[in-house]
Amino acid sequence: MAAKSEPIATEQVAAHPRAGQVRLVLLVIALAALLAAPLFLYPIFLMKLLAFALFASAFNLLLGYTGLLSFGHAAFFGGAAYFTAHAVKVWGWSPEAGILLGVLGAAALGLVMGAIAIRRQGIYFAMITLALSQMFFFFCLQAPFTHGEDGIQSVPRGHLFGVIDLNQPLNMYYFVLAVFVIGLLIIWRFVNSPFGMILKSIRENESRAISLGYSVQHYKLGAFVMSAALAGLAGGVKALIFQFATLTDVTWQMSGEVILMTLLGGIGTLFGPIVGSGLVVTLQNVLATSDFPVTIITGLVFMVCVLLFRRGIVGEFCATKLGKMLGFRTEN
Amino acid sequence: MRKFLLSTAAVGLIAAPAVAEVSDGVVKIGILNDQSGVYADFGGKYSYEAAKMAVEDFGGKVLDASIEVVTADHQNKPDIASNIARQWYDTEKVDAIMELTTSSVGLAVQALSQEKKKITINTGAATTELTGPQCTPYGFHWAYDTHALAVGTGGALVKAGGDSWFFLTADYAFGYSLEEQTGNFVKSQGGTVVGAVRHPLATTDYSSFLLQAQSSGAKVIGLANAGMDTQNAIKQAAEFGITAGGQRLAALLFTLAEVHGIGLDAAQGLTLTESFYWNRTPESREFGERFKERTGVMPNMVHAGTYSAVTQYLKAIQEAGTDETGAVAAKLHEMPVNDVFAQNGKVGPNGRLIKDVYLMEVKAPGDVKEDWDYYNVLATIPGDEAFLNPAESGCPLVK
Repeated sequence: MAAKSEPIATEQVAAHPRAGQVRLVLLVIALAALLAAPLFLYPIFLMKLLAFALFASAFNLLLGYTGLLSFGHAAFFGGAAYFTAHAVKVWGWSPEAGILLGVLGAAALGLVMGAIAIRRQGIYFAMITLALSQMFFFFCLQAPFTHGEDGIQSVPRGHLFGVIDLNQPLNMYYFVLAVFVIGLLIIWRFVNSPFGMILKSIRENESRAISLGYSVQHYKLGAFVMSAALAGLAGGVKALIFQFATLTDVTWQMSGEVILMTLLGGIGTLFGPIVGSGLVVTLQNVLATSDFPVTIITGLVFMVCVLLFRRGIVGEFCATKLGKMLGFRTEN
Repeated sequence: MRKFLLSTAAVGLIAAPAVAEVSDGVVKIGILNDQSGVYADFGGKYSYEAAKMAVEDFGGKVLDASIEVVTADHQNKPDIASNIARQWYDTEKVDAIMELTTSSVGLAVQALSQEKKKITINTGAATTELTGPQCTPYGFHWAYDTHALAVGTGGALVKAGGDSWFFLTADYAFGYSLEEQTGNFVKSQGGTVVGAVRHPLATTDYSSFLLQAQSSGAKVIGLANAGMDTQNAIKQAAEFGITAGGQRLAALLFTLAEVHGIGLDAAQGLTLTESFYWNRTPESREFGERFKERTGVMPNMVHAGTYSAVTQYLKAIQEAGTDETGAVAAKLHEMPVNDVFAQNGKVGPNGRLIKDVYLMEVKAPGDVKEDWDYYNVLATIPGDEAFLNPAESGCPLVK
């Protein structure tokens, strides 16, 4: 589904000449904050934030930059968690090999699902991805290696490259942070490559891209597999963080949650999904120990977002004068 | 003089173990369960109330330390549960976590608690894995498990005349294991299983499955499923007049809260197994009335089980003279359980509470004498029959 919105920019604000430097400084501050965060906040919670942020960013690669709304991303996220957990626990693989298997498994799933789903557009595309991911859910429900609703439990974190003990919370945190940064760099590079430009052109006007001679289906499939693989990276890491893989991550509700995260943060912005996932995960955590019903509050937040700031938190910021002066772009 | 010194030293030595040792001056118990999803009535906030009630009945203090109960809604997500449990242990000094509805959450938090050396007492999850292959020295399983439900409903019902069975089974591991375990007890009591039909998880239309079950001629239709699936199947079975036609409906995981939820018109004649019924003895009546005053509902086995678990945990601290996990766990393993929930209950080396369970039949609306008077107790199944012998549980801690 092409997430097109009306062109809102009425007044043209030129980016400040020093905008590039300011952005760099902001980026460095953000990185420094992430490096120092475990000193102030609870490491496992931060790791969860990073895993979901990567998952939402991977999803945004498809929705924000290619205009494809997948309703089945939980299959890649949760599927990779199962593959990684099984490889590490049962076959005794090292954590990096386990995660690699998760990524490859998710990419393979993405290839199959993508090859079928990209033949249709809009709502039909979304429904096909939903149907296929539900098939995968029922497979996970019944396959013996997933242990049904008990899940794969007590997955050892092991030693990274045989030396770094991931059972130390800080080691694990910096490992997850490294994976997260690499994942984002891949997305950034991907989006700003000629390949990414073609994806954007497909999103804006698919017929025109075809008439220009591009093999649109191949590009879409490429983006789908890429997004699935990155979602798998997040899922594999999550299995190691929490040391289990369960059905929760392959349910359709999880596919819905990642859409919510991306919409809240801002579709088609590099940092939107990160902010959105941070908000949703924090809400779930904070509301868990309060008297408020979690599902109702998250629903209300979503409604407020849709009614008041449709471009999402980061999207709205980019559209402000300050955002434009800093040279932030939204992709729609 | 020397004699005096020696004797004071001796007195000091004897007196030393009696000095109450509670870390950080407070005993903190966490109730972690689903409070907004499908299990909100099964356990939910009511379990938290049960825990608070247990603390009040205990006097609010143990070894001169105050007792606190905290709670959180895990939303049926193991990652949220695990995150909260870690934070409770690491930053909020929680000493034990209880309730823990759903298997994936129960297993995850029990494994985490072993690593952190903390006690868990599970009253909400059904899986026998908790005290089987994945058992831990500090993990306890209190209210019920799939084995007890299968023995109660499968074995005892055959004795009551229900000797031919047809299963309506949810098409996944939980359903199969319930069907298999129950079927085995049916056969061991001389009954027969005439057939089974599998339905996908979260089915809404059971008509074709129920018609097969009806035409099978079996005396008992066993519902090897859970939650909404069981509720929908029972409601639709009532519409088909299955129990009115002489066949019995047996739910394998169903409690007072769900009976109340679907109403007696649909649930009448249903047989099920619970390890607690409020209207069984004068003591349980008194407990039930007090619980209802606080919460508006009568307790099921999860709520009463949580009350019992908290009480027994506090008693164990008192006996051990400390809240140190190893000492308390040892006391929990050795002390008999005698309260409103369990009479002469004992805890196996695998952490399983072994107590009687009861086969119940849901009354017809006309037979109800007062609010929440829903069950006839058909049979009492002694704990040793209902629960797996620890030696056969597959728990590596049992030698």
